[in-house]
Amino acid sequence: MNRTLYLGRKRVGIELRQFYRDPQSAIFGFAFPMILLIIFGSVFGDENVGFGDVTFSQYFLAGMIASGVLYTSFQNLAIAIPMEREDGTLKRLQGLPMPKASYFLGKVGLVFVAYIAQVTVLLAVGVLFFGIDLPSSAGRWLTFAWVSVLGLLSCTVLGLAFSVVPKHGRGASAIVTPIVLVLQFTSGVFFVFNQLPTWMQTFASIFPLKWLTQAMRYVFLPEGASVIEVSGSWQIGWCAVILAGWTIGGFILALLVFRWTPRGSS
Amino acid sequence: MSAITVQGLTKTYGDLVAVDDVCFEVERGECLALLGPNGAGKTTTTEVLEGFRHADSGEVRVLGVDPWHGGLEWKARLGIVLQADRDLGDLTVREAVRHFAAYFPSPRDPQEVIEAVGLGSKAKSRSDRLSGGQRRRLDVALGIIGSPEVLFLDEPTTGFDPAARREFWDLIESLKVGGTTILLTTHYLDEAERLADRVAVIAGGRIIACDSPSQLGNRAAGIAIVSWIENGRERQASTDSPTAYVAELAQRLGGEVPQLAVHRPTLEDTYLALIEDLPGTRS
Repeated sequence: MNRTLYLGRKRVGIELRQFYRDPQSAIFGFAFPMILLIIFGSVFGDENVGFGDVTFSQYFLAGMIASGVLYTSFQNLAIAIPMEREDGTLKRLQGLPMPKASYFLGKVGLVFVAYIAQVTVLLAVGVLFFGIDLPSSAGRWLTFAWVSVLGLLSCTVLGLAFSVVPKHGRGASAIVTPIVLVLQFTSGVFFVFNQLPTWMQTFASIFPLKWLTQAMRYVFLPEGASVIEVSGSWQIGWCAVILAGWTIGGFILALLVFRWTPRGSS
Repeated sequence: MSAITVQGLTKTYGDLVAVDDVCFEVERGECLALLGPNGAGKTTTTEVLEGFRHADSGEVRVLGVDPWHGGLEWKARLGIVLQADRDLGDLTVREAVRHFAAYFPSPRDPQEVIEAVGLGSKAKSRSDRLSGGQRRRLDVALGIIGSPEVLFLDEPTTGFDPAARREFWDLIESLKVGGTTILLTTHYLDEAERLADRVAVIAGGRIIACDSPSQLGNRAAGIAIVSWIENGRERQASTDSPTAYVAELAQRLGGEVPQLAVHRPTLEDTYLALIEDLPGTRS
């Protein structure tokens, strides 16, 4: 166990080093969410979303932070692991005296650090460029913390499971990125959720992102803004249930389907 | 006890019999070279020994352990250099070697290993900026960092220039002196001749010959080839008594024989003759 944790920590270090030296991670991890926030915030930022003086920049910031969960966990892993399977990383690790759990601990550590970095950047842009007020109550920050943790865990295990879908490392982003985009469009990131068609809202309610955006709005929007939610309330309890369900289901799925070798090689 | 024992190893992929009833042993401290055409079953055999693949049948032991059920303690005693990898591109040589040292209970000194593989001047270079041969030496460094008892080298010198290959051979010889057991897969006959105590030729999934490089395929007992120039034309003759043949030749030509040479079949000649006899194989 000690050895698993020791090597897990070593894995976190090496994963982070490789992550931040890879231009693709730098783009998806920092530049892209920041650019989206600046563009959307500048174009639609002053539009009212239907409650008091809440603007679209505030609404969008919550959506982008929720997206940050998805980018740094699901998207990151579902693209990186097929490449690792192809370039020999996973095979090399299989031949080492390393408990397999250490590899997964390394990925979890990477996901959490990358998320913290991305959220910090997004909040800084929100505050500096769009004058967004951060929540002042400790309760909201606590909710922010557990929603982030649960969101990251669920999307991490889903990313591990989904990493078996792309057949080749190079094609992985072409499969994964559109899925993330569709979820963003339907889950209240780029559009105000209560303005979407009902069928789209129902579709999005299956997946974690809709619940993440909603919980982040609870954290970053004024209390009364729950009137612009479809149900008229923040449904924080439901958010916890859905994310926990995906975490458990995704964990079992990942255990069942995760592969160390490319398909058709054994 | 042998370091590696393979008995009746068989592995099929669908209809294709990749490895067919292969048997061999590697003693501790010995270097065995597996030679054979592409697709002969070299990599499959090695991957079974490394624990990456499950044999269909047969008994395989590496350091007394069935590789398929080899635990972490067993893995800590192995060094594996796989065929050309492209991983770790974003890390420098030093970072990679240091990181991989952490997995092993009694690793060698990373700096010493970097020097030993001849990457001392490249320690701070990112591994995706190394030349093909340098990158391969990094793989070897990562294979030996754990001071392994058994080292698997799968085509380790592909992409090396001749000087780098010679340096690499010196490195492997120093490991042999240190008592490391080595299973070497290679396409280079000179490499096998220089490094291997014994050579096993594998073709069509079977071992067709296994002997020391000098004895392989009856090489030592075999004929010699005498070549010379006579009447402006190159002449060649095979004989099992070259001394008598040359004496007779000297007498017949009356003195110095132009361009006289006598040579034994090289390992390459022997190897090619061995695999030539097999249907459907090609080097």
